[in-house]
Amino acid sequence: MMLGYIGRRAYHSIISLVGLLTLVFFLTRLTGDPSALYLPLDSSLEAREAFARLNGLDQPIYVQFLQYLQNLLSLDFGQSLRRNRSAIDVALEAFPATLKLAFVAMALATTLAITVGALAAARPRSIFDRVAGLVSLAGASTPDFWIAIVGILVLAVGLGVLPTSGTGTGWHWIMPIAVLMLRPFGLLVQVVRGTMISALASPYIKTAHAKGMKRHKIIFGHALRNSLLPVITVAGDLATGLINGAVVVETIFGWPGIGKLMIDSIIQRDFAVVQSTILVTAIAIFIVNIAIDLLYVMLDPRIRY
Amino acid sequence: MTASDKAILTIENLTVDFLSEGDPARAVDNVSFNVCPGETLVILGESGSGKSVSTGTVMGLIDCPPGDIVSGALLFDGIDLTELDEESRRALNGRRIAMIFQDPLAYLNPVYTVGRQIAEVFEAHSDSDVGDVRERVAKLLERVGIPDAGRRIDYYPHQFSGGQRQRVMIAMAIALKPDILIADEPTTALDVSVQSQILELLGDLQRETGMALIMITHDLEVAAAMADRIIVMNGGKVVESGKAQDVFTNPVHAYTRRLMTALPHRSPTTEPTPSAEVQGEILLKVENLSKHYVLGAGSFSPKREFRAVDDVSFTVHRGETVGIVGESGSGKSSIARMLLRLDEPTSGRALFAGEDIFALEGRALNGFRRRVQMVFQDPFGSMNPRMNVRSIISEPWAIHRDILPKARWNDRVVELLELVGLKGEHADRHPHQFSGGQRQRIAIARALASEPELIVCDEAVSALDVSIQMQVIGLLADLRSRLGLSYVFITHDLPIVREFADRIMVMQQGKVVEDSNTEMLFNSPSHPYTMSLLNSVPRPKWAR
Amino acid sequence: MADITLPSVRSPGNLRQLAIYLARDKLALCAALFLIVLLVCVLFGPLLVGDLAGKLGLRQRNLAPFSLEQGFLYVLGADTLGRPILARLIVGAQNTLGIAAAAVFFSMATGGMLGLIAGYSERWYSHLILRLADVIMSFPSLLLALIVLYTLGPSIINLVIVLAITRMPIFIRTARAEVLELRERMFVSAARSMGASSGRILFRHIAPLVLPTLGTIAAIDFATVILAESSLSFLGLGIQPPDFTWGAMVANGRGYLASAWWIAFWPGLAILLTTLSLNILASWARTVADPLQRWRLQSLRKASR
Repeated sequence: MMLGYIGRRAYHSIISLVGLLTLVFFLTRLTGDPSALYLPLDSSLEAREAFARLNGLDQPIYVQFLQYLQNLLSLDFGQSLRRNRSAIDVALEAFPATLKLAFVAMALATTLAITVGALAAARPRSIFDRVAGLVSLAGASTPDFWIAIVGILVLAVGLGVLPTSGTGTGWHWIMPIAVLMLRPFGLLVQVVRGTMISALASPYIKTAHAKGMKRHKIIFGHALRNSLLPVITVAGDLATGLINGAVVVETIFGWPGIGKLMIDSIIQRDFAVVQSTILVTAIAIFIVNIAIDLLYVMLDPRIRY
Repeated sequence: MTASDKAILTIENLTVDFLSEGDPARAVDNVSFNVCPGETLVILGESGSGKSVSTGTVMGLIDCPPGDIVSGALLFDGIDLTELDEESRRALNGRRIAMIFQDPLAYLNPVYTVGRQIAEVFEAHSDSDVGDVRERVAKLLERVGIPDAGRRIDYYPHQFSGGQRQRVMIAMAIALKPDILIADEPTTALDVSVQSQILELLGDLQRETGMALIMITHDLEVAAAMADRIIVMNGGKVVESGKAQDVFTNPVHAYTRRLMTALPHRSPTTEPTPSAEVQGEILLKVENLSKHYVLGAGSFSPKREFRAVDDVSFTVHRGETVGIVGESGSGKSSIARMLLRLDEPTSGRALFAGEDIFALEGRALNGFRRRVQMVFQDPFGSMNPRMNVRSIISEPWAIHRDILPKARWNDRVVELLELVGLKGEHADRHPHQFSGGQRQRIAIARALASEPELIVCDEAVSALDVSIQMQVIGLLADLRSRLGLSYVFITHDLPIVREFADRIMVMQQGKVVEDSNTEMLFNSPSHPYTMSLLNSVPRPKWAR
Repeated sequence: MADITLPSVRSPGNLRQLAIYLARDKLALCAALFLIVLLVCVLFGPLLVGDLAGKLGLRQRNLAPFSLEQGFLYVLGADTLGRPILARLIVGAQNTLGIAAAAVFFSMATGGMLGLIAGYSERWYSHLILRLADVIMSFPSLLLALIVLYTLGPSIINLVIVLAITRMPIFIRTARAEVLELRERMFVSAARSMGASSGRILFRHIAPLVLPTLGTIAAIDFATVILAESSLSFLGLGIQPPDFTWGAMVANGRGYLASAWWIAFWPGLAILLTTLSLNILASWARTVADPLQRWRLQSLRKASR
């Protein structure tokens, strides 16, 4: 059953992926002639045509597309124009940096948010709840690029305690991770608190009280356990959205990840690399979604695929 | 059982408010009662009478919306329950006072096995080191009648049937042999046959352990079957209390008397009202109607077929009322949905005034929809909450443009409202501003708007309080004689149709098991299932 | 208590009640007041200070904030061309909020409509709509927006379209989920049994009940779209000069962090305060609408003893 389910999911994801790649293929071809970007301004018409022929750019666009699909099937993702290397290699090389960043940020954000949200819901309208509420709302509302700049301004330029950009030491990790986890943390605290409050009001909590169970066991054993289910779903969506944050964070802090690569390749009109980064990101997101579904099945005995 | 034993729980002059914006709402007003070991006290009342609140205070379970004990004393075995701190309250709950609830699916945590949830009772009261917990839990499950308890201990709540879930709740409640068991509407969500088994189990357990039982119910038959003593609550006040037999046979308070007349299984207090004359003409003829669903088309299990309705035939004459009676899953509602063309049948025909309903299309189908109307179980759900009563009732005229010119709509709405016993000025209100019985009257007015010949009532009174049920049935009977309507009246409650239906069909698992004249069915039922239905209507405790 | 409360029922009495609840929550009240002031700025600001926002002043170049010597408009300082930042913030508010409002409106209108169709009909186009939502959802919205904007060229209209498209799936899915639930409700069966047509059921019975939910989501989404727009503008693919939004102002100031921090700081703070106010109000509205929590905003008067 489970395998069948993953198969169906994979099938749907592949359809989505092909749709996305098609869209991106045609869109990127509309941005203009890449030879204008790669050859000197005064290069001759012949040189341009030779360049186009070499890269298959002189063919009608549908021929280029069919060629592209055919290459995809044989796992050939084309050459990077700028770097003269296999595009997929460029994308895969940049990927681990983003993955590490995203994983640490997401793990920190989720653990912190569950703790803070559960404690806030257990004592609604207490001082802790109010402060947690305001902090989480602020986290969800802060423009990440701005807080990154302010961070550099205060911590790097002003106090000089943290480096402005780069990857070298552990100190380099602090600001990118803090900025990246801010929004998921804020949103997750809200979700955890909301689902906890409704879980605490649900009938089976009444039963637990009627059984005479200890308060902390009711809160953590029954209410939190049940409210984890919706939290996992939201965390999965946020993991997708984390790539958005990664683009901004990587650009500002000069982090050599896939977000920065994507922006650079778009600006350099390096189609093959753009498409390869999309492919890599989309597959990563698909794997995250499957993992979340599996987690869901483990946590909720009512769900069987 | 005498009430003179030393009471284990005494409640004196309890007054509880619910706090909200503005003035506090009084939920329980100066209520006193007590219960002794081995005794069953029934608190009888309709919804909103405060019956659950008064016992919720005993368990310390009212907090949302915030409840406030204004005055009164709650004494349990000499302990004042209002003075308890959290820890001593915890020591009482589950060990000495236990509670079961109406809807066991919601009251059991869906993500833990039932075994674990029962074991939590031992754990909470540091009783888990006494003997093998798993074995004790299995024994409990076996005691409450869960078959194959040793294996089912690892099942989750959703893998049990409704009646079994309630048994699990009971096992949890009696785990530490409490002095008092509070049962809050424990059988309301269950079919009658399951209901009588659960009541029997509660009675047996009480005899075994000698615990006091406080039973909260709105159901007069359940009350009669269980009670040694009864208190009747209305509007937060106790209006009557005494020995069960006295309250039932000799009610003093006007409210109690009104309740008792609504008790359907007793000899009819009003004239039986089968329709005046059943004309010979056949209005509806259903032939071999079937509805099958395909189930479980999983990758490993073969397709199974579920026969919701299995070869059902019956006729309804003009002016006749046919009752269709069955428990949940008997297929009775599927028949209603097919007759209204809300679902398509798998096979079979239904001739309405000679024309096959299932072959109708377009204009002919629209014409048919005018002549047959439906009244649904939940009057609130069957009306769009955004529309006011005027637009609800006039909707048939907006759909079928030729019934009534728009200029006459307002007058006709007022006429219809008055016909069903409401006032013309109610037309501008919204459904949520009415009580359940009034809403059902609006639904009936809407059904009458297109001047139908046949009305299909699907559990039309099941969601209403007992005293209201009889009023609505009275209205339907009155409309029948005035307008010459025919009814198909679908219900799970056999006694309720006794005074109303000319003929009754009993359904079980999609099949008609008995179809006969109402009096004959009640006096000499022929099918064993009908007999079990009639017998599962609980008998008064004092009459046994 | 079994009372069924419909948050959607509005009457003058309810409005007064809402005002009372708002007054009880000081934070929400501040948020509402801030948004009202902002709205006034959006409506009348450009008329009053519009000329000043573009006025170059050599003497005021990089003027530091908190000095009133040059008039109150210079209280937040001036940018590299000597333009008063306060005036630019007021003028930029119109673009920032206008673009977000337009994007949310279009995304709600089209997404809601598509969701209604996808929920009510089971024909092939319903599946197509859902797949479309999947494709958009399965990929980080910012990346998608970047690619599309770079292709179509950054302009205000394209910006609105892109933002609307990336936010559309949530409306499609919510509307569809609501319709799936509503169409099984008994009043829909009742209408069908009376002979109502599909169009009548969809627009007279179902759509009015879906609209409040979509409205709520639109209100919450507004803050998200403001953040998305400013991210795009910050990365240089959003609004183009001479038009500007707060996000573009942060981008302009980024180069002068060490010398004139205020150029990037104030517009970012403006974004933060706006989205924070929106989120605070949304959180307050959730408390009011939730019968489990509403009592927290009520004055609970106990009976006298």
